Amino acid sequence: MRDTSQNGPLLKVRNLDVSVRDKKGHEYKIVDDISFDVQPGEVIALIGESGSGKTTISLGCMGYTRPGCYITGGTVNLDGTQVLDQSLPKLQELRGKEITYVAQSAAASFNSAMTIDAQVIEIPVITGAMSREAALAKAEKLYSDLELPDPGSIGKRYPHQVSGGQLQRLMAAMAMISDPRLLILDEPTTALDVTTQIEVLASFKKLIKDNNTAAIYVTHDLSLVAQVADHILVLKNGQMVEYGTTEQIISDPQHEYTQALMAAAHLMPDEIHAAPPVIQPEPPLLQVKGVTAGYGTQQEIIALRDIDLAIHAGETVGVIGESGSGKTTLGRLISGLMVPKSGGVFLDGNALAPGVQQRSRAELQQIQFAFQMADVALNPRQRLNKILSRPMMFYQGFKQAEATKEVARLLERVGLPTEFAWRFPPELSGGQRQRVNLARALAAKPRLIICDEITSALDTIVAQQILDLLEDLQDELGLSYMFITHDIATVSKISERIAVMRHGRILAQGPVDQVLSPPCHEYTQLLLNSVPEMRTDWLDEAVIERRKLVAALDGI
Amino acid sequence: MSPETRTWQGELKDAMSDLTPGVTFCILFLIAVFIIGAFAPWFAPFDEGEILTNESFAPPSAMLWLGSDYLGRDVLSRLIYGVRVTLFLALIITFLSFFAGVGLGFLAAAFGGKIDSWMSRGNDAMLSFPALMLALIVINSLGSSFVVLVFTIAFIDMTRVYRVARALAVNIMVMDYVEAAVVRGEGKGWIVWHEVLPNALTPLAAEFGIRFTYAILFISALSFLGLGVQPPQSDLGVMVKENMQAILYGEYTTLYPAFGIALIAISMNVFVDWLLQRSSAKLPDEI
Repeated sequence: MRDTSQNGPLLKVRNLDVSVRDKKGHEYKIVDDISFDVQPGEVIALIGESGSGKTTISLGCMGYTRPGCYITGGTVNLDGTQVLDQSLPKLQELRGKEITYVAQSAAASFNSAMTIDAQVIEIPVITGAMSREAALAKAEKLYSDLELPDPGSIGKRYPHQVSGGQLQRLMAAMAMISDPRLLILDEPTTALDVTTQIEVLASFKKLIKDNNTAAIYVTHDLSLVAQVADHILVLKNGQMVEYGTTEQIISDPQHEYTQALMAAAHLMPDEIHAAPPVIQPEPPLLQVKGVTAGYGTQQEIIALRDIDLAIHAGETVGVIGESGSGKTTLGRLISGLMVPKSGGVFLDGNALAPGVQQRSRAELQQIQFAFQMADVALNPRQRLNKILSRPMMFYQGFKQAEATKEVARLLERVGLPTEFAWRFPPELSGGQRQRVNLARALAAKPRLIICDEITSALDTIVAQQILDLLEDLQDELGLSYMFITHDIATVSKISERIAVMRHGRILAQGPVDQVLSPPCHEYTQLLLNSVPEMRTDWLDEAVIERRKLVAALDGI
Repeated sequence: MSPETRTWQGELKDAMSDLTPGVTFCILFLIAVFIIGAFAPWFAPFDEGEILTNESFAPPSAMLWLGSDYLGRDVLSRLIYGVRVTLFLALIITFLSFFAGVGLGFLAAAFGGKIDSWMSRGNDAMLSFPALMLALIVINSLGSSFVVLVFTIAFIDMTRVYRVARALAVNIMVMDYVEAAVVRGEGKGWIVWHEVLPNALTPLAAEFGIRFTYAILFISALSFLGLGVQPPQSDLGVMVKENMQAILYGEYTTLYPAFGIALIAISMNVFVDWLLQRSSAKLPDEI
C-alpha cells in the first residue's frame, strides 16, 4: 500500500500536442491541445473512435510516440517530474516502475517461449527493485487479487496454457508488480469474449482501488467505461469534445458527438420488438438439416453437432455465440467452404452440393458471404471497379462496360461516391471498406447474405450506420441475412429470429422476443447478463449474477 | 484524411522523390551499362578480336584507353563486348528461371496438399546439391555451349525462385480476399492471375533483381573456370581468367572486368534493397 496522503493530482497533462510528419515534411496534428488531471486512485477514461488520438495521448503520458509521430507541445507532469523533458534512460526507468501499460492484445504481448512468472517478474528483478523471491511472492498475491485460478501455480504455465481472459489479467499483474503510480489500460477487454469481459473489468477495478493507483482507460465503448471510470474525456479528431464526471456524461451529455456515442453504445434495447408473425412458406429459402462437421483429415475435431436451422425469405436470422462456438464454421459450411460430415444444406428445398466446386453458378449466386475484416477481404491491388464488377460478370454475364455502369449505381446505393470506383481498398476508411464488402455481396444479386461479424471491427457509430444500411437494403430488395455475431445487443435489434450457439450446438432458437425473454436458457441469460448497462453500479451486480449462471451451466 | 487515388504518374513522382544519391547513382550506372551492352558495336572503339599491338599488357594510352590484353587487343572494346554477352546471358537465364519457378511455385501453392508436398520435396532435393558442382557436372558431360549454359543455370536458379514464389503465394492464398473468390466459385487459374499475382509482384520484382545478380556471378564463375563462355566469344569472367598474368607484370588489366562484375552486382543489390524498402513502407497504415 502506498501512502495516500499526498495532495493534488498525480498526473497533470497540459496543452499536449502530437503531430505526424510525412516523408515530405508536412505536419498533421493528431492530438490538439489536450489537458487533464488524474488523481491517485482515480480512473480517467479517454473515449473516441479510432483515429481520435486516444491511444496517442495515453502513450504521450509515458513520453512515447509511435514512429513518425512527434510531441510538438505541452507538458506532462507526473508528481513533480516533467516526463517529456527526461532523457531516454531516465524515461525507461520511469516506464517500468512509475508508469505501466496494459495493451489491447495480451496474447500478442507475451513471449510464448517463457513461463508467465518469468515475464511478470522480469522488470522488477532486472532493475534490482526486488529480489526474485520477493517478486514471485508479490506476483502470487496479485494473481489472487485478480481472482485467477490456482494463484500458486498459474505462473508456472506458459501463455498458451491459459485462456485469453486470464492472460489479459496476467498482463495487468505484470503491469502492477512494481507498484506503478499510473496504470494505462489500452482497450484491455476489446479482444475478449463478452462473458469474460465483465470478470476482467471487475478485477481491474478492484486492483486499481485497492492499490490507490491512478489509471488512464482507453476505449471506444461508452457503456464499458461507465463501469470503471470516475471522469470521462470524449475525443474526436484529436480534440477534446467533452469532459466531465462519469455520472454527468452518461446522464446528461452536452455535445452532440457524445450523444451519438451514447446512442450507438452496445446496449440492450428497452423492449425487444416482437417478430412479425410472417406466414412462412414451405420450404424455407435455406435449411440446414442435421449437420455435423469438423476439422481434421477425418473431420475428427467436431466443430458443429446436429445443427438444424432455417432461414426464410426476407428475414434476418441472428446466430450468436462466443469465439469457438462454431458460428463462423456454420456460415462457412452453408457457403460451401466446408463440407459436412453428415446432414445437408437445402436451398428452396433442393439439396445443395456440399462443396463450392460442385455447386452451379446459379446456386452460388443465391448465397453470398460478407467477411468480418473488410481490410483483408478486399484485394488491396484491385480497384473497387474490378472488385465490384467481377461478381456481375461472373454470375450474370455482364460485359465490363455494362458492369462499370452498374458499379456506379451500386456504390451510390451503399452510400459511397461514384468516383470511388477507381480507388484501391487501402485508400478507404474502415467503414467505407465495410460498405464495399457488402456491395460486393450485393453485386451478385443474392437472396441470402451471410454476414460474419461484419460490424465487430468497426467503431460503434460506424457500425450503427452499417446496420442501418443492412435494414434499408432488406426493405428494398427483400434480402435475407444470416447475421453471425458475438454481440447480443446488436442482434436483438435487427433479427427476427435468433439461434444461440455454444460448443458447436444450437442451445436455443426461435423468434427473438421468445428466446431472449425469461424464462430462457442459462447460457442465453449469461450472454444477456454480460451486456453492460449505462449505469455506474451495474458491474458489481453483473459479476455476482455471472458466477451463479456459470456455476449452473457447469452443472449441466 | 482521405488519400488521392494512385496513378502510375503519381507513383513515379513519389518514387523519384524517394531517391537518395547512392541509389540514383546505382540506377544510372545500371541504365548506362545496359545501353552500352545493347549497342556495343557503336560504343566500342575497336573490334573485340582485332589485334592492335605486339605489346602484351600495354599500359593505358591515348589510343588504348585501358591498355591492351595478353594478345594485344583493346581491353576497353573487349570489356564492352564482354558486358554485352554477360548481360544477355544473365537476362535470358533470369527470365527462364522466373517463368518456370513462379509458374510452378504458384501451381504448388494453389493446389496445395499432396501435389504441393511432392513438388516441394523434389525441389528441396535439388536445392541440396551445391549449385556450382551441379553445373560443373552437367556442363562437363554435355559440353559447353550457350544453350547448355543457359538451361543449366536457369534450371538451378529456378529451384530458388520456386521457393520464394511458393512461399509468397501460400501466404496470399490464405487471405480473406482469396477465400471470397473461392466462395464465388472462381477457378484456380483466375485466382492465381487476378488475386495472387498482383500482390506478389513487388517482392517478385526484387527477387528478379537478386536472381539477375546471381546469374551474372554464376556465369562469370563458370567462365573463369573455363566451362562457361568459350573463345572466341568472351564475357567478363573469361576476361578475368585470360588476363590474370597481368598481375605479375604490375598491370591492372584483369581488375577492370572484375570491377565490372562487382559494380553491376552491387548496383543491382542497392536498387533491389531500395525497391523492397519502399514496398514495405507503402503498406496501408492506420494512423
